[in-house]
Amino acid sequence: MANADCIVIQGSNMAECHPVGYQWVAEAKARGAKVIHVDPRFTRTSAVADKHIPIRAGSDVVLLGALINYVISNDLWFKEYVSAYTNAATLVHADYRDAEDLGGLFSGFNPETGAYDTASWSYAEEAGDAIGEPGAGSEHGSDASARAAGHQFGSGGPALEHARVQRDDTLQDPRTVFQIVKRHYARYTPEMVHDMCGIEVADFEYLARAITENSGRERTTCFAYAVGWTQHSLGAQFIRAAAILQLLLGNLGRPGGGIMALRGHASIQGSTDIPTLFNLLPGYLPMPTAGRHDTLSQYLEAIASKKQKGFWADADAYTVSLLKAWWGEAANAENDWAYDYLPRLTGAHGTYETVMGMLEDEVEGYFLLGQNPAVGSAHGRMQRLGMSHLKWLVVRDLNLIESATWWKDGPEIESGELHTEDIETEVFFLPAATHVEKAGSFTQTQRLLQWRHQAVAPPGDCQSELQFFFELGERIRQKLAGSDDERDRPLLDLTWDYPTDAHGDPNPEAVLAEINGRHLEGPDAGKPLPAYTELRADGTTSAGCWIYTGVYAGGINHAANRKPGREQGPAAPEWGWAWPANRRILYNRASADPDGKPWSERKKYIWWDQEQGRWVGDDVPDFPVDRAPGSQPDPAAGGPEALSGDDPFIMQADGKGWLFAPKGLVDGPLPTHYEAQESPVANALYPQQQSPARLVFPRADNLSAPSAGTSGAEVYPYVFTTYRLTEHHTAGGMSRWLPYLSELQPEMFCEVSPELAAERGLEPYGWATIVSPRSAIEARVLVTERMTPLSVGGRTVHQIGLPYHWGVGNDAVVSGDAANDLLGITLDPNVQIQESKVASCDIRPGRRPRGPALLALVAEYQARAGTTIETGNRAVTDPAAEGIEPKPGGHGGAGGRR
Amino acid sequence: MARRSFLQWPVVRQVSTGDLLGRGPSVTSPRTKALAPRTSTADRAVQSVCPYCAVGCGQRVYVKDEKVVQIEGDPDSPISRGRLCPKGSASEQLVNSPGRQTRVLYRAPRSTRWEHLDLAAAIDMVADRFIETRRRTWQQEDAEGRLLSRTMGIASLGGATLDNEENYLIKKLFTAAGAVQIENQARI
Repeated sequence: MANADCIVIQGSNMAECHPVGYQWVAEAKARGAKVIHVDPRFTRTSAVADKHIPIRAGSDVVLLGALINYVISNDLWFKEYVSAYTNAATLVHADYRDAEDLGGLFSGFNPETGAYDTASWSYAEEAGDAIGEPGAGSEHGSDASARAAGHQFGSGGPALEHARVQRDDTLQDPRTVFQIVKRHYARYTPEMVHDMCGIEVADFEYLARAITENSGRERTTCFAYAVGWTQHSLGAQFIRAAAILQLLLGNLGRPGGGIMALRGHASIQGSTDIPTLFNLLPGYLPMPTAGRHDTLSQYLEAIASKKQKGFWADADAYTVSLLKAWWGEAANAENDWAYDYLPRLTGAHGTYETVMGMLEDEVEGYFLLGQNPAVGSAHGRMQRLGMSHLKWLVVRDLNLIESATWWKDGPEIESGELHTEDIETEVFFLPAATHVEKAGSFTQTQRLLQWRHQAVAPPGDCQSELQFFFELGERIRQKLAGSDDERDRPLLDLTWDYPTDAHGDPNPEAVLAEINGRHLEGPDAGKPLPAYTELRADGTTSAGCWIYTGVYAGGINHAANRKPGREQGPAAPEWGWAWPANRRILYNRASADPDGKPWSERKKYIWWDQEQGRWVGDDVPDFPVDRAPGSQPDPAAGGPEALSGDDPFIMQADGKGWLFAPKGLVDGPLPTHYEAQESPVANALYPQQQSPARLVFPRADNLSAPSAGTSGAEVYPYVFTTYRLTEHHTAGGMSRWLPYLSELQPEMFCEVSPELAAERGLEPYGWATIVSPRSAIEARVLVTERMTPLSVGGRTVHQIGLPYHWGVGNDAVVSGDAANDLLGITLDPNVQIQESKVASCDIRPGRRPRGPALLALVAEYQARAGTTIETGNRAVTDPAAEGIEPKPGGHGGAGGRR
Repeated sequence: MARRSFLQWPVVRQVSTGDLLGRGPSVTSPRTKALAPRTSTADRAVQSVCPYCAVGCGQRVYVKDEKVVQIEGDPDSPISRGRLCPKGSASEQLVNSPGRQTRVLYRAPRSTRWEHLDLAAAIDMVADRFIETRRRTWQQEDAEGRLLSRTMGIASLGGATLDNEENYLIKKLFTAAGAVQIENQARI
C-alpha cells in the first residue's frame, strides 16, 4: 500500500480497526498519494483521508459498477494489460443472457430451488459447445452453494475442463467478455449512483478521476476492504466488482495495486488456509460431498482437470500428500490413500445451520475455541437458545465469556425464556493459554506466517489448543484402542505421534514440519520438502497443507525468520514466510508488460532477464521462472506446462484474470446490484429487489422487516450497520476483561445524526432503544454529524451506527447489550457469510423494557409491520420474471446483441 | 525532618542543572530517579506477534522471574516498525488481567453454579462424552447408500485466534472422528 498512488478504502475503517497497518497508507499519502474513504460513517479514517464519501450501506455494487462503466465508456482502461492478461477477449457461450435482459436475473435461474444452473455462463468452445467443469457434469448452483464452494477459491480459480478458449482479440464480438461487461454496466451511471448510494455526482467524478488518473503504466491504485464488503447477501460480488475494476485499470500483480482484505483476527487467514471450516480441507481443497465426490477419482476429476492451465491442475498431488500426512502407512494405493476415511458433506453445515441443528436437538456437543457466538455471531438470541439444547458444551477461552455463562446471566434468563434450573446442558470451562504462553505461527492478512516464541509457561490449568487437542486425541484413541469397528479406523490409524516435551506437550515445530511435508521414499526420505511443486500423487510425498510447503524447507522454520526490516528492501523477504513460496505480491508476472519489460521504471518489480533466461526482480517471481514472455505452448498440454508467456494468473484455469466469471460464483457471473434482505429503498435498477440466490431461512425466530414498497416497511424505517472500535476486539473476549481497554470504551452506544435525533427525540448521552424484527437493545446516544442523512430515491435515509463489542453477562469489566442480537440470518450463497452490515430497525428514546416486556415490545413491532415468515423471503420479487429460463441454443434474446 | 540546605532550593537546582524551565532533572524526585523501565530490568525479551487483528504487528515480551512484566512493539518488524495500537499495547493485561480464569470450571446439568474440576478429569470427561455422542449420532451412509462416515452430533467454533499448528490438529482430529461442523470466525 505504501507504493500506491491512490488508495480507496471502502467497507473498512482502517485507521481505527487496523491502526498500525494504516501507517503505510499514511506513508503513501505523505509521498503524494490520494486517499479516499467511502463509508456510511465519517470515521478517523475519513478524518485523515483526502476525501470522505458517505454511502448508503449495501449499495457498493452501484458505485463500483458505475466506476467500471466510467472506465470503459471514457476509454480509460489499460489496453495492453486488459487485452493480454484478462479474459476480455474470451467468448462466452451463446446461451448466456444477462441480468440486464431478464429484469435482474441471469440466465439459468430456477425459482423452485432459488438457485442458478450456471451452465449458460460458460466459455464458448469450438463447434458451439460450452467449456464445462471437469468431472461429472455441471454442478447446480444450489449444490455448490450448500458446500460454500466459493470459499475454495482461496488459492486459485475454479476448474475448467480445458483452456482451449475462443477469442476475439479485437474485442468487438458481442459475445466477448469485454462487450458483455460493457453492456452490463451501461446503466450504472453517476445519476444512478446519486439515486441509489446517496453520493453527489461531483463526489463520484472526484473518485472516478482519482482512480483513473492514478492507474496505468506509471501509476497504481489500491483498494482496501474489510467485513464492510463481505458481510452482505452478495458480499462476494462486492469484491468481484472491485476485481473487475482493478483488472480494467491494470492494478493487479503490481506494486501499489491490488485489493487488500483487511482481516480482523490474528490468524483468520491461517484458519482459512488450514481451515477449521466445514467445507474445506487444508490448502483450499474441498471437503468431499456425497453424490459428487464419492470416490477419490470422482473427487480428483471434479476439483481440477489435467487439461486446464496452471498449478491447480496438480491438485491430485496436493490431495494424496494430505492423505499421506494424516494417515501415513494406512493410506496406500490399494485403499485410494484412505480417501474413505474422510467424512462426507450432504449440504450446508456452516455455523448457522449448526445452531439451527442445535435447536432441533441434532447437535449434542459443542466446542468453543476462542470464539464468543453469544455476542459475536448474528442473531445472538438464536445462538444462546441453541446452546441451551446441547448435552455438553466445552468453552476454551481466557475469560468467562458470555458464551460460557448464558445459562446463569444471559438475556434469556432475564426475559424468562430460560430458567437455569431447567437447563440440562453440562458446561466445561477450560482455561486457555495466551499468545505468549505457547509457541506457534499466525498467518496475517497478507499471507505472511510469523512464528511466536513461547515467553512463559501457562498459569494454573491453562493449556494451549495444541496441548488440549493432542491430549484429547490421545485419550480418545486410548479409549478406542482395540476397537474392531470400521468407523474407528480413521482415528486409530491417524498419525498422532508428535514428539513431546518433559510435560508431555507436543512440539509445535514438529506440527509445522508435518504441515510443510516431507519426502517419504528415496534417498531424501524424511527430509522436508522445499516447494509444493515437489509434491507427487503417487504416495511418495506428504504435506498437511500444500500451500505452506516451503515454510520448513531445509529443516529450518522460516516463519521464525527475523532479519530486521531496516536491513532489508521493501519486500522484506527474510522476515517470516509468505505462502506460496515466500511470494509477497501474487501474480507479479503482471508487473511486467507482455514482452517481460517493466510497465515503467517507477513500477518496476519483476521482469524477464533475457541474458539469464529467467524472471528476476524484487520478489519471488510468481511464474514458471524460465518461461519466456513470448512462449506459446500448446494449451492442450495442461497444467503449468500450458501456461503461455502472457498468462500471469497462474492459478486460474486459463491463466487470465477474470472480468467475467464463467464458473465459481453461484449468484451471477457479473456483480449486479441488489438491495439487502432488509431495505427501505426499492431497487432502481431491476424489478428484482434482493439477490435471488441469497440464502434465506424462513423461520418464526428469524423474521425479516418488510422492504420498500411493501406494507409495514415504515415500521422499521432506518438502516443500521455494525462496526468495531479501536479499543475493543470483536465480541470482547480479549478486550472487555482488560481494565485498560474497558476504561477507554466503557459503554455500548449508537451513533445517530442530529437530524435523526431531532426526528425521534433522542437526547445526547441519554438512552435509546433500537428495535429490529429479532430483538430490541438499548444503547447510549451519541449524536454526531459523522452520520450523514442521505438523499436516496427522492427520500431521506437515516443510518445508525452500532459497535458490536458488548454482551450481557456479569463477569466482564464492562458489559452491555449486543448489537448482533438485532441481526437475522440471511447468507451470501457463495460463502455462507451472513448479512450483518445492513439491516432495518426503529429507534426510540429511553431504555428497553426488562423481563417478558422486552419480548412483548418486539412482538408488538412485528404485529404492526405484519411481518410473517414469508416476509422478505421470496427468491424472485418480480412476478413477471418468474419462470424465465434460457432457451437452449436460442439466439438474440431481448437486447442480448447489438 | 531535616532542614533543606540552600543548594536544594528549586531555583538553584534549575540553574545548576541547566534545567531553566524547571521541567527536568531539577524537579525529579528521588523516587522517580530510582525508577527504571520494566523493559530494562527484565530477564529477557521474547519475540512474539500481536494476538488481536491480522496486521501481525511484532511484539517483544519482557519477562522477569518467569512473569510477563511488559509487552511492547518490536522495532525490527518491517510490518509495524515498533508500533502497537491500544489493544496491542494493553496485551500485557491479556496475560495478567485479574479477571482471567486459570482453573477448570464445571457446571452440571440444572446446576446454578460452577464447581472446580481437576484438569485431567475434565479432559477425560470430555473424551467420554465425545465418544458417546459420536456413537449415538453416527451416520454411516445416506438413504441412497452413499458413504457418509460422519457425526452431526459434534460441532466446533473457533480458530481465527489460534495458531496454524493448533488449527491443523483440530481439523485433523475432528475430521478423523467424522465431525464435519467445524467452523470459525472466517465464516462470519
